[in-house]
Amino acid sequence: MTTAAQAPQVQFSEANLRKLEEMRKRYPTKQALTLPVLWMAQEQFGWISGEVMKYIAGLLDLPVSHVLGVLSFYTMYNSRPVGKYHLQVCTNVSCMLRGSDRIMKHLSERLGIHEGETTADGRFTITEVECLGSCGTAPMLQVNNDFAENLTPEKLDRLMEGWK
Amino acid sequence: MEIAMPEAFEKFLLPAIPDLHRIDVYERNGGYAALRKALGMKPEEVTEEVKKSNLRGRGGACFPTGLKWTFMPKQTTKVKYLCANGDESEPGTFKDRQIFEFNPHLFIEGAVIAAYAMGISTIYVYVRGEYAKWIGLLQTAVDDAYARSYIGKNVLGSGFSTDLYIHRGAGAYICGEESALMTSIEGNRGYPRVKPPFPAQYGVWGCPTTINNIETLANVPLIISRGAEWYAKIGSPKHPGPILIGISGHVNKPGVYELPTGVLLTDIINDYAGGVPGNKKIKAVIPGGSSTMWLRGEELEGVRMDADSLKAAGSSIGTGGIIVMDEDTDLLRVITRIAHFYHHESCGQCTPCREGCGWMEKILKRFSGGNAAAGDIDLLLDVANNIEGNTICALGDAAAWPVQSFIRKFRHELEARITPSTGRTAPVKPPHLVTS
Repeated sequence: MTTAAQAPQVQFSEANLRKLEEMRKRYPTKQALTLPVLWMAQEQFGWISGEVMKYIAGLLDLPVSHVLGVLSFYTMYNSRPVGKYHLQVCTNVSCMLRGSDRIMKHLSERLGIHEGETTADGRFTITEVECLGSCGTAPMLQVNNDFAENLTPEKLDRLMEGWK
Repeated sequence: MEIAMPEAFEKFLLPAIPDLHRIDVYERNGGYAALRKALGMKPEEVTEEVKKSNLRGRGGACFPTGLKWTFMPKQTTKVKYLCANGDESEPGTFKDRQIFEFNPHLFIEGAVIAAYAMGISTIYVYVRGEYAKWIGLLQTAVDDAYARSYIGKNVLGSGFSTDLYIHRGAGAYICGEESALMTSIEGNRGYPRVKPPFPAQYGVWGCPTTINNIETLANVPLIISRGAEWYAKIGSPKHPGPILIGISGHVNKPGVYELPTGVLLTDIINDYAGGVPGNKKIKAVIPGGSSTMWLRGEELEGVRMDADSLKAAGSSIGTGGIIVMDEDTDLLRVITRIAHFYHHESCGQCTPCREGCGWMEKILKRFSGGNAAAGDIDLLLDVANNIEGNTICALGDAAAWPVQSFIRKFRHELEARITPSTGRTAPVKPPHLVTS
């Protein structure tokens, strides 16, 4: 799919390439694969670099600008590297009413970084996010693909012992 | 209006059956019988039954589901699509994830029945990206349903075929808006489209499309198996059925409760959710997700969780996500957080929303920051009024309504934060603002 001029630095794994061929059957256009392929890339590479964007554009016969446009619209795609544990703290109303401030403050103090930053060892990134649909188990945060709910600073401390 | 509330309401959407998410358990409990029954009916009979049941959409707009289905063209050379909306991003809403986790086959069965009724060959289930765990659970259920011929080619030997694919969102509230959801499936930035044309005429890739909420579709098997007449008798006659109500904020037992529509708001707060911690008074309630109009604590008496009752109370049922705030809550902080949310989530297409949401947040921050002038309250209202009704989609309205209702009901909270010494006697008007 890619031309010689775009010879990629990056390459999907064999398994992902097979998955991509399978996904092509689900949609009538290649463009519809933009979101699924960005997800696949983020899972394999951790974040979406310029090189990855070019690679995706080549695979889907789309302008790189389109891929960038989509990438920049959706908050879950990382256009920069993030820590091994991406801590996404919900601060929307239901979490706020149940003390998300304390959670954010505790995290920030414990890790010595502010919201939006990554620890020097590359282990943790803290991001403030909008409602994650866990209002009944607030306050909460998302760590990579998992939800940590009904948080207290003490519970957070215990959880962090497991995030090595 | 008197609505009989049984002591213990039977649960249909989330019954307490262990391992119901497993296909064998679901089948043993009568699962997929409604699909078999529907496949023995004519498609238009299925739609008629849903129409008669008075089922109304559970995603916020309360549109009659059966009627929506009749908008799909019968004679068309185009492919028809069903998009199941599991974006679930309205703050205060966390119900559809319970269906994905505890009763995914009920939703799948409902979606396939809907597809059969409308002659649809492809179903996309749009699930918010953050629900990675629930996407995994749903995918397992979908794979099992394919393996047993409930989805796919020649469903249960009926000659009807339909595919079902999960499409993962990536963090954008606006994609819960039906036209933005479609542009997102097409692989674009989630920009809403001008309506008309409506999705039934011009949906994904210009093809006839119906968009239904996950919970809405989960109600369909009940209607088919037990009949529209039975269903229409549950809860409020004009907005019947079981409904998943999420309650969060200052209550002892936050969570999702399955109840008949028409249940008293005060019963949900005081009985089901165990009341307010410390027996504190309630200062304010958001009844149906962050975009619905606020109610004062003393306005809750007699209000029922159905479309008409909440409309009469000056709000709406929205997604059924109740947020309770006790007497010690700094309401200004809450409304400012909501304004921040809509500012963050505005897609940026329409000027009134893109600029107005930012202005609302900015003005509200003046009150907490100690530099609000007397005229800032009216300015805030003016900005909200200029967003409402002037945008492509309902996000503009969703941003304006909470602010408008806050000013109407809690104006004193803002007045108390005016700083006489700001040095600004007249508010700074945004240059583009149309004042009336």
